[in-house]
Amino acid sequence: MDWAGIFSSALSDMLGPFAAIYALATLGLNVHFGYTGLLNFGQVAFMMVGAFGIGVGVVTFGLSIWWGLAIAIVASVALALLLGIPTLRLRGDYLAIATIAAGETLRLFFNSSYFEPLTNGPFGLGPSAGEFEKMNPFDAGKKYGIGPFQYQGRDLWTLSVTWGLVLLSCLLIFLLMRSPWGRVMRSIREDELAARSLGKNVYSFKIQSLVLGGVLGGLAGVMWTMDVSTQYPASFDPKVTFYLWVIMILGGAGRIFGPVLGSIIFWFVFSWLGSFLTNLAPAINTGAARIAVVGLALMLLMVFRPAGILGNKEEMRLEVR
Amino acid sequence: MRARLAAIVLSLLLAAFAALTTAGAVSASTPIHPGSAPAVVSPAVTQSALFNASALPAATSADSGESITGTVKGPVGEGGDNAAIAGVVITVKKDGAEVGTATTDAQGQWTIAVREAGTYEVSIDTSTLPKTVKLQKANGGTIPGIIVQPGATRFAIFPLEAAGAAGAAAADAGQSTQLQYYLAILVAGLRFGLIIAMTAIGLSLVFGTTGLINFAHGEFVAIGAVLAYVFGTAPFKLPFIVAILIAIAGVALLSGLVEWGLWRPLRRRGTGLIQMFIISIGLSLLLRHTILLFFGSSRQQMAQSTIQTPLNFGPLSIAPRDLIIIILSIVILVGVALMLQRTRMGKAMRAVADNKDLAEASGIDVQKVILHVWILGGGLAAVGGVFYGLTAAVYWDMGFNLLLLMFAGIILGGLGSAYGAILGSLVVGIVAQGSTIWFPAELQYAWALLVLIVVLLVRPQGILGRLQRAG
Repeated sequence: MDWAGIFSSALSDMLGPFAAIYALATLGLNVHFGYTGLLNFGQVAFMMVGAFGIGVGVVTFGLSIWWGLAIAIVASVALALLLGIPTLRLRGDYLAIATIAAGETLRLFFNSSYFEPLTNGPFGLGPSAGEFEKMNPFDAGKKYGIGPFQYQGRDLWTLSVTWGLVLLSCLLIFLLMRSPWGRVMRSIREDELAARSLGKNVYSFKIQSLVLGGVLGGLAGVMWTMDVSTQYPASFDPKVTFYLWVIMILGGAGRIFGPVLGSIIFWFVFSWLGSFLTNLAPAINTGAARIAVVGLALMLLMVFRPAGILGNKEEMRLEVR
Repeated sequence: MRARLAAIVLSLLLAAFAALTTAGAVSASTPIHPGSAPAVVSPAVTQSALFNASALPAATSADSGESITGTVKGPVGEGGDNAAIAGVVITVKKDGAEVGTATTDAQGQWTIAVREAGTYEVSIDTSTLPKTVKLQKANGGTIPGIIVQPGATRFAIFPLEAAGAAGAAAADAGQSTQLQYYLAILVAGLRFGLIIAMTAIGLSLVFGTTGLINFAHGEFVAIGAVLAYVFGTAPFKLPFIVAILIAIAGVALLSGLVEWGLWRPLRRRGTGLIQMFIISIGLSLLLRHTILLFFGSSRQQMAQSTIQTPLNFGPLSIAPRDLIIIILSIVILVGVALMLQRTRMGKAMRAVADNKDLAEASGIDVQKVILHVWILGGGLAAVGGVFYGLTAAVYWDMGFNLLLLMFAGIILGGLGSAYGAILGSLVVGIVAQGSTIWFPAELQYAWALLVLIVVLLVRPQGILGRLQRAG
């Protein structure tokens, strides 16, 4: 078994474009769950409207990517309002089912013949990253890197932009959460009734939280489209949301750098496991095996360390309310 | 607690490693599509494109050079049989000149060698298709712009659907009049609803007695169907009824084991409900992908789900298999209702669901009742899985596909109530099937999920649920 190769590719994936995209989406989820206590199990829907927002703008309407980006953000806000206004009055576990159902419904519609003029349905929408690739200051075909971290110029450009967005978002969330606004958010997470009795409009704060986290999810979707160029609705199944949850809980919900750390570790392990299993038993479906391991990891994390690596066990109480 | 958990985790790991060693043969023999290669991709193919792409071997064959290949199969999903279709004529052209023609074999497969890399156009002769199916896209008889790389094999897939919006249900029944058509849909909806109801009872009772939303319940359904399929085919070849009984016993045992080894210790530790909900999502991922490891990703037909000559009752015609499934489902559901009404354990189950503390104070052994609820729910899930496998197909994520419909059913009926679960599931089944009268069949689950969302907004306690805080 080529241990050096396996580790080097896992180390590259650890900081690769997908680790950054998932970190960005998880930052949004962290605003929802970590800071406001909303059980959002439909984060993938925000990624999907972001991804197809820019895709539809660029490919279907032939606009520039800046207009595509604007469409993606507007679509994420619209989805947050559409999803939040009716469902945010529901109790935690009902909200979880409603959001997962909403995500699946949206995916089925995006994949259907109704939406085919817009999204090209199951046949894939693309290529939409041409303009983004033109902005690439690196040589797309050349390899760059230090030590084990080796990237094609194309990937290096995507991951630099996405990690940049991640750090900006971290800064934004940090500033927001230490403001009075952020304290209201956390008070809703800790005790919604107390926040309500202090005269805070809990419902409105929850919607603001959903919009903020949703836009971050949408941006993650945009970067996903920039990375793969051709996008399929089928890629946005509920599994993606579950990965985001694993990442958030692993890093520590309610911590600024929790999602970043979680995503880096998740993608290292995920990538390492993939190549390790392929080497160990080439005949089996390694994709399935490693997702089974992710499931097991999620169980063990929730049983033994629900606060994750950075989290504070006292602060993170998980109860239905 | 830790010892139990360790035992469970260890046994699951052992099972996974057993899978590693034995599943090789299964997954090696299943047809594998490259994640990104096909010019026209059916949803099932792109599903896992992102994460499995690296694990899939490239579809190249060294000896045959460049070629275009594919498999013509009937539609999948409710009503479709996904059976291979033989004798369909496929033609490949380049710049308008014919390169080759092939006819699908008994497995529905065709391959046309194109001898050089380039851009090709593949078309299907729709007149050679059976009358019961048609192409999903009306003008989709030709796929232009298939680029074959040097030395590579490309897939060309023609997604098929049942002829007529009603799907195979109507085709099966040989529809001729409007009335027959609507009746056929109603029967299909009733059958689907009864199957959902059977699987949903366990989910609802578990929620009622423990407050846990068990996300892994769908996997019990899938395991039931898979066990029945595996024991009913070679090398076991047991009589179908024995295979079903093994499946029921196996899933009931697994369900009880999960309660005993995982949920009970967690409850004793005072684990929050949200925490348990997320744990059940982890369990669902684990079980589902373990099934995928063992069973492979292709859909399997049970030997008993062949096309049958329908029985006719006036305008209503129904396949004998569907009739048996509907009657058996009703018998089982009535039996469960009688058990809940009449027997000691049934009354205790309802008492615990109603008010746990009061039940405990009046001398009911709550933990024992909960264990029985899990065993009962697991057994019913297995039956539902077998029936669904008979009417559609057996595949690894069938349970997850049904899970959201079960949620829709039990929330519509009222969370925690067994009767509500039955009523709500019937509505969901009929809505899902009925929607195919006006809308494409690919969206039938989406309408059922929309029902779920609308109910949550308008009447969150459901039809039969008690008014309690849902928001």
